[in-house]
Amino acid sequence: MSSEQALSAALLRSDRFRLEREADWTRLEDIVTKMEKGKTRRLLDDDVLALPTLYRTLLSSLSIARENSLDAGLIDYLEGLALRSYFLVYGTQTGFGRWLGSFFGGGWSRAVRAIQFDIWIALFVMIAGAAIGYILVAGDSDWFYALVPGDFSDVRVPGASAEALRGTLFGGQEGDGLGVFAAFLFSNNAQVAILAFALGFAFAIPSILLLIHNMALLGAMLWVFAQRGLTVDFIGWLSIHGTTELFAILLAGAAGIHVGRSIAFPGARSHLKAASDAGKRAALVMVGVIFMLICAGLLEGFARQLIDHTAGRFAVGGGMLLLWLLYFIGFGRERRRPGA
Amino acid sequence: MSESSVAEPWSRRSANPKFDRIMVTPEGVPLHVTVAAAGARAGALLLDIVIILGLIILVTLAGLGLLWAFGLALGENLQSASGPLQFLAVLWIISVFLFRNAYFLYFELGDRAATWGKRAMGIRVAARDGGRLTAEAVIARNIVRDVELFLPLVFLTSGEASGSMTNLTAWAGFVWVLMFLLFPLFNKDRLRGGDVIAGTWVIQNVNRNLGDIVAPSSAQAVADGAAPVAGYKFSEADLSVYGEYELQTLENVLRTGQQAALEKVAASICQKIGWEPGSGDERAFLEAYYTALRGRLENSMRFGKRRKDKHSEPE
Repeated sequence: MSSEQALSAALLRSDRFRLEREADWTRLEDIVTKMEKGKTRRLLDDDVLALPTLYRTLLSSLSIARENSLDAGLIDYLEGLALRSYFLVYGTQTGFGRWLGSFFGGGWSRAVRAIQFDIWIALFVMIAGAAIGYILVAGDSDWFYALVPGDFSDVRVPGASAEALRGTLFGGQEGDGLGVFAAFLFSNNAQVAILAFALGFAFAIPSILLLIHNMALLGAMLWVFAQRGLTVDFIGWLSIHGTTELFAILLAGAAGIHVGRSIAFPGARSHLKAASDAGKRAALVMVGVIFMLICAGLLEGFARQLIDHTAGRFAVGGGMLLLWLLYFIGFGRERRRPGA
Repeated sequence: MSESSVAEPWSRRSANPKFDRIMVTPEGVPLHVTVAAAGARAGALLLDIVIILGLIILVTLAGLGLLWAFGLALGENLQSASGPLQFLAVLWIISVFLFRNAYFLYFELGDRAATWGKRAMGIRVAARDGGRLTAEAVIARNIVRDVELFLPLVFLTSGEASGSMTNLTAWAGFVWVLMFLLFPLFNKDRLRGGDVIAGTWVIQNVNRNLGDIVAPSSAQAVADGAAPVAGYKFSEADLSVYGEYELQTLENVLRTGQQAALEKVAASICQKIGWEPGSGDERAFLEAYYTALRGRLENSMRFGKRRKDKHSEPE
């Protein structure tokens, strides 16, 4: 029986409705199946162009069928196909390259500016953490061992001689194993930053604690060096990568606080909506944080060991800081067109 | 949901109505989706972890193989050949970082929005509001995975290994693990922490075939010029005993086409409408009855009258 005959013979109006449109549906199903299998390139141009039209036709068929047909199998099929093609039509269509372009071309700096308030909170927390670490160790040097994990404090302990400390700051490495060191540092720091962000999920409190703890470690270390008059050299040693790395950790913590704050105080939106809005914004910041940490790892692994004097270290560190600030404050501002 | 008849629960039969949700496309058409069950999620995650571990082991083995090759090539000079060794170490550290973090990102950003584990389980990630699944959302939901899964694992194993787990920290850690790991079980959409933050959920894939016309033989009879509906003629009273629920049951029986079921259903229909059940032509009888019943119900449906099942009032 040909389709023409079937059409004229179908007793039910809903069956005729189906037979008239069946060809379009199977064509769409064919396209969708190929795309799902990753064979998009083998599709004809016509098919790719037809996809949105076929999808919208299918949706209207589905709406009609729901009101006119009692063929449950047919409606199930249409629903399933509509869902599958919906995912392709509204899939993640931005290619990675284009997404990266828009990310560096303003998406990142806009996201950073959007969480400004949380950055101030995180900055305050970090400064407070460093101060706490310094004051605690200054009051009782036993605190040092509580704050700094064992593998950090080889010679850098309270009461170490100035020469020993100076040795850790200058000329300790002869350029060997720098690449490994950089990669290790990056991987380690990135995991810490991701943690600082992810912990924000629990109402931001763990993020804040993590920031305080890490900065207290730094404050304690600063005290050890300050005791031997090496404050400026230590800050120089730290700043060459630290301006980038601490900035990245600041942003990660701020992103965590942003999410936590949105969950705790969603305002007029629902909790879930507020959380997902904040989460997407913070995710952008986090991608940037990972990028900054790669830079920091390279600076720490290579530049710090290669530039062996304080002035040069300050120059590089300060330069990096200036670069980041310029990017975040000035870049990617949307110019408002008059009347727009 | 009252905006359309689509959402009426009895117009759709599902294996597990608890997980059925309605997602409205940007065109305004509501589509039924099924939230992935916790078991499928856990299975997918386990598979993914196994795959990631496998990849890490593979890279490690490849690295060791290269090291061995270097050893053969350079002989005793291995100590001085720090260049390639370092390069290998860098490569290893970075690839482990990538496997741990980028594996999920890469696959969930693809057309199918699912890792290999999720594909095997037939589930995928989607935006909860029915919009586009954005790169930011995928990044957000996967960054949180670190605190939900890897961190507790690392915490437990390292604490165990160094023996620094006092009773209190052990219990605190355990509660922590459970809190995040079991988070999906405490909400009806099976959202984990990352899903909450990213505005996503994980739903089941659907893949249904377009079946044939349910009752082709009655149409065939007309085309062949035979008497309409193969001689069966049903009165209004005969057709008013059933509603949509029974129609769908009948459709199911006809689609599966098991002889025993056909006979049983034919007998019970005949009994209901007071006919003498014949034998041998159950299928023809059922198809004729189905077509007539569906025609009648669809007709009144066009006038806005629907009949849920045999217990509801005939219109």
